[in-house]
Amino acid sequence: MQIRSRAALAAALVGALALSACSSADGSGSGDDGTALRLSGFSILEAANEGIFEDFQGTDEGADVTFEPSYGASGDQSRAVADGSEADIVHFSLETDITRLVDADLVADDWKDNETKGIATSSVVVFVVRKGNPENIQTWDDLVKPGVEVITPNPGSSGSARWNILAAWAHATGGTDDEATGREFITQLLGNIIALPASGREATTAFTDGSGDVLLSYENEAILAKQNGADLDYVVPDDTLLIENPAAVTVDAPQAAKDFLTFLTGPEAQADYAAFGFRPVVDGVEIPEVEGANDPADPFPTPGTLYTIDDNFGGWGEAADKYFGSGEEGDPLGIITELQQQTGQEGES
Amino acid sequence: MSAALTGATIDTAGPASPQGGRTRRTTPRNTLTPGAGVGLGLAMIWFSLLVLLPLSAIVARAASGGWSQYYTVLQNPQTWNAVQLTVTQSLVVTLINVVVGTVIAWVLVRDRFWGQRLLNVIIDVPFALPTVVAGLVLLGLYGPNSPIGVEWAFTPNAVTLALAFVTLPFIVRTVQPVLEELDTDVEQAAASLGASRPTIFRRIILPSLVPAIASGAALSFARAISEYGSLVLLSGNRPNQTEVVSVRVLSFIENGNYSSAAALASVMLFIALLVIVVLDIVQRRVARRG
Repeated sequence: MQIRSRAALAAALVGALALSACSSADGSGSGDDGTALRLSGFSILEAANEGIFEDFQGTDEGADVTFEPSYGASGDQSRAVADGSEADIVHFSLETDITRLVDADLVADDWKDNETKGIATSSVVVFVVRKGNPENIQTWDDLVKPGVEVITPNPGSSGSARWNILAAWAHATGGTDDEATGREFITQLLGNIIALPASGREATTAFTDGSGDVLLSYENEAILAKQNGADLDYVVPDDTLLIENPAAVTVDAPQAAKDFLTFLTGPEAQADYAAFGFRPVVDGVEIPEVEGANDPADPFPTPGTLYTIDDNFGGWGEAADKYFGSGEEGDPLGIITELQQQTGQEGES
Repeated sequence: MSAALTGATIDTAGPASPQGGRTRRTTPRNTLTPGAGVGLGLAMIWFSLLVLLPLSAIVARAASGGWSQYYTVLQNPQTWNAVQLTVTQSLVVTLINVVVGTVIAWVLVRDRFWGQRLLNVIIDVPFALPTVVAGLVLLGLYGPNSPIGVEWAFTPNAVTLALAFVTLPFIVRTVQPVLEELDTDVEQAAASLGASRPTIFRRIILPSLVPAIASGAALSFARAISEYGSLVLLSGNRPNQTEVVSVRVLSFIENGNYSSAAALASVMLFIALLVIVVLDIVQRRVARRG
């Protein structure tokens, strides 16, 4: 009996080997008819992109194009492409995720040389609150009041969470380089944060599950959550940060990929994105009724002050190290990283 | 090392060939039959490809930064707190499992009660459940809307809970078969010779169970220090308070600090190895005494 089980085990191992050999054989992208475009994007795009693919296939350039999209956390997607997962178009949440590909010679240096400076979608940082806003959260200063429980994704592990923290920083400093005020405000904010889930999706899950009074999130995430029936409200603060999600084609991408990138920033695709809560990145977009927005007819109210990463932080090239540098392996220690290391040291919880 | 071993197994398959047969018989070191030789060869190749290769890659990556790499990584208080939290919680949970897991195994094997078969099946569910789903369920149970009034989400207790949930089956499933094989005649003999129940348990039953408990504990600990999915939602990941090592590693990777990530990972591997070795020694001691 023992011998028989050993033979069975051996057979199982051989079978598994054969299977794994098979799975590495597929994965090439080109179909027989037309061009298959491989798109690597961050998770939230999935819902909106379905419609955009169809619209592109309705145009002359896109008639023969099929899509092979893959979605996931922005940083993971970017690292996968850098490590050899093939993609023709990349659409990430954060510029540094594309910079990684530029460094790996997978995206051309001049990817930002277009009308939208490489940006394909945009949004703003908002406060997601309980239905009816029982804590009456209106401004950033309300977040640091004693007893208010805040949830935001972890800026250490989630690249996209960095927009949220920088928005708070921009509010505190008024977009200037008043570092002392910024540090003080972020320290207070970190004191009120009860959880730093690893990704934006997990943060939303924790919040909808009943934890916390305020969730720092993106306008498009809040709108999408409400479209999906989540029982919550959101507040666009009077001063907030513009979130800009870049897209680019890789160096070996076919012409169809370039056409699609141009199409992405055109009025038709931007209107599709707007329906899912993204703010248009170009003028002249006919904004549809956006279900789930606070006011579906006027879904994207203009904040009193809108900070941007380029104007107020010197661009991601500078901000990434200055605020989020890890202090490891010769990297500079970023301000936010340092403040995070100091929180909770006193054992207060 | 693996290459040498696989090489050796290829040689053992050799005796089937006409020339090698006679000379080899004079060296009686190798007692493997041809079939067993193929089995061992396959096992070693598989083990090398699947386990040794990635492990050495991790260590090599970490070593690229030199010893100072380990020093600087562990010197960071946030990382050190994460290591402490993870190791302490894993030890606590393993101890809990040693007691509770053994009791559950005992109940499942020795007692007869209504719902026993069902319980026997359900024990494995924590294994099968995707850990992220486990995290979601636990957050629902122990979060602010807790239906049972336990609000442990985002505290170190949450880490204990999540780890206990995913590691429970290990000891139950290692102890159970041993207990089933255990001959009750010996216990009856001991009882007829006047041994009390506690004595029988301590002198007769426990020594047979200890190897199984130890290997279950090793599995449970190793799983606990590397757990990510089930506790990442529940713990809240607050630096220095509820942040575990796997989340730290994720932060390193997000920042492109691959050798720091590898260094921290290999430190955890070393701790796991240490605990497994200690458990093995304990088990041998007890087995010899029994």
